[in-house]
Amino acid sequence: MRRGAIAVTVAAALSPAPAFADALAGQSVQQPTNWTAILMFAAFALLTLGITRWAARRTRTVGDFYTAGGGITGFQNGLAIAGDFMSAASFLGISAQIFADGYDGLIYSIGFLVGWPIILFLMAERLRNLGRYTFADVASFRFAQTPVRSFAAISTLTVVLFYLIAQMVGAGQLIKLLFGLRYEYAVVIVGVLMTLYVLFGGMTATTWVQIVKAVLLLGSATFMALAVLAQFGFSFEALFARAVQVKTDLAAAAGADPAGAAAKGRSIMGPGNFIKDPVSAVSFGLALMFGTAGLPHILMRFFTVPDAQAARKSVLWATGWIGYFYLLTFIIGFGAIVLVATAPRYLDPTGALLGGGNMAAIHLAHAVGGNLFLGFISAVAFATILAVVAGLTLSGASAVSHDLYATVLRKGAADPAAELRVSRHTVLVLAVVAILLGIIFEKQNVAFMVSLAFAVAASGNFPVLLLSLFWKGCTTRGVVAGGTLGLVLAVVLTVLSPAVWEKILGYPAAIFPYSFPAIFSMPIAFVTIWLVSLLDSSGRAAVDRGGFAAQQVRAETGIGAAAASSH
Amino acid sequence: MDDARAARVAADPRYRELVRRRGRFTWALTAVMLVAYLGFILLIAFDKAFMARPIGAGVTSIGIVAGFAVIVLAIVLTGIYVRRAARDFDPLAEALRRERDA
Repeated sequence: MRRGAIAVTVAAALSPAPAFADALAGQSVQQPTNWTAILMFAAFALLTLGITRWAARRTRTVGDFYTAGGGITGFQNGLAIAGDFMSAASFLGISAQIFADGYDGLIYSIGFLVGWPIILFLMAERLRNLGRYTFADVASFRFAQTPVRSFAAISTLTVVLFYLIAQMVGAGQLIKLLFGLRYEYAVVIVGVLMTLYVLFGGMTATTWVQIVKAVLLLGSATFMALAVLAQFGFSFEALFARAVQVKTDLAAAAGADPAGAAAKGRSIMGPGNFIKDPVSAVSFGLALMFGTAGLPHILMRFFTVPDAQAARKSVLWATGWIGYFYLLTFIIGFGAIVLVATAPRYLDPTGALLGGGNMAAIHLAHAVGGNLFLGFISAVAFATILAVVAGLTLSGASAVSHDLYATVLRKGAADPAAELRVSRHTVLVLAVVAILLGIIFEKQNVAFMVSLAFAVAASGNFPVLLLSLFWKGCTTRGVVAGGTLGLVLAVVLTVLSPAVWEKILGYPAAIFPYSFPAIFSMPIAFVTIWLVSLLDSSGRAAVDRGGFAAQQVRAETGIGAAAASSH
Repeated sequence: MDDARAARVAADPRYRELVRRRGRFTWALTAVMLVAYLGFILLIAFDKAFMARPIGAGVTSIGIVAGFAVIVLAIVLTGIYVRRAARDFDPLAEALRRERDA
């Protein structure tokens, strides 16, 4: 068996194009059918369909559908947000990266976490006070509705689509690995279940599916990490020392001289090739940190809680859970080095992991918990993708129905029932598109798509939101020009970067030499918004600036904010 | 909310106090997080050997300690903000809201 996904993951993780661990990179090898895992997943599917049935009875109005009627508590929302970030790919991908390179996996984890404090300080309460259903409510609060909403909707759909494709392809690869089923089955199962959740249960079902999955994933990862640490007397140093020894022995066995082997062993304790040049490093950091604060499906979660206090609490819980989860993945990755890399039953004759590199955590599950736990963790990993795509689809659907249909097309006078209908139709369309694209992109390395989604969010949505919230002089023309330029630049520069230009399109040398566009596209978006707003002397600009005081009063105090659920 | 009401709140000294204090706190915390994280990333970019150096006699490296410190810092800053907001900012905002209802 070839080294499979690990080789691809690692190759992609090396410069010039660090892949985002949030997309499962590379092809996986179909495994024997795993009935334990399939039965456990079926149990999860039944449970979540039960939740959907219950949620469907509570989903009557547009507000129920988009935001669960605003009746989710801060704690629940925090778990759901954490669930959005604890994707299957970040669980399997980051532990695989740690298994392969050690330290480099931690750099990813930290990038995914540090966006959360920023969201709390700058966004969470203000979003809740100003918006109802989508982040465009906030971005367009004092501006001309049609242009700003159109921009926000296009940007939302761009982010959602790329993110969806990455998740769909990840699901297909995962199910080949874990369940031993065909790629297409996985994509269709994900598409159909996700449609049922969103179509009938709206945000209520989407949130509870996410919560159930987050609890299952946190629980099983905790068990694995404790099982690993218990073997080392709960000493990190002892675990790391053993992992270094294992890597040294493996390098020596592969023919390295003693000094070389020792260096190879120690290399897992420090940064490797993941971050090469400072420009890519900072660009990567900016995209992760500020991209999180511009992801529409994440921002939408702040409208599901009753008030600004609950919005704050959700971020605190989310940050805590996500940080804890990445600590667990770190232990799991090192545990896999110690327990999996040394056990012949998990390796092929060349010493590579059976089934590819993304299997590190899965083999570890077997090593510490036997067949039953292996099935359980496989089912949880698959459930994870489902929950994430449901949230993405709901966000895409709301952009079409609330921003484009109700506000742009019907000028805010849409019949709520019609808006809900448009939303549900969009869910169906998005599901079909996601399934088709998932199948089309089967053989592609889609890791760049998640990084593109983050780049677009950081370069388009984030500057627009930040300046419209904090700068009085910001105008309609400014946000539309700057936001659109940021969005286009993020997409174009990604296409011209090595990850797409060389690896996918097959051209010799990338026109844009860096791996991440954010260091250029984000400041350019900011400057454009600033400059265009400054030079804007239209009548509309006067209205835009005049509306700042009222917007700020509502953002800061919650006076006039949309009331919570009317259940 | 009509513009007259908004203007009245906007002119209220307690409102201006709220905006100024929360604003200062918000940007200070944002700056701390930004400097800590970008510092971490730049250390990795410019001095990998430093990050790989063990902190003591064992194998645990400076980079691992620094990484965990950034994670803990993110959670702690979040906690600090939530506490201070509930203690200092909420009562001010609540007073302004109540007055508006009366």
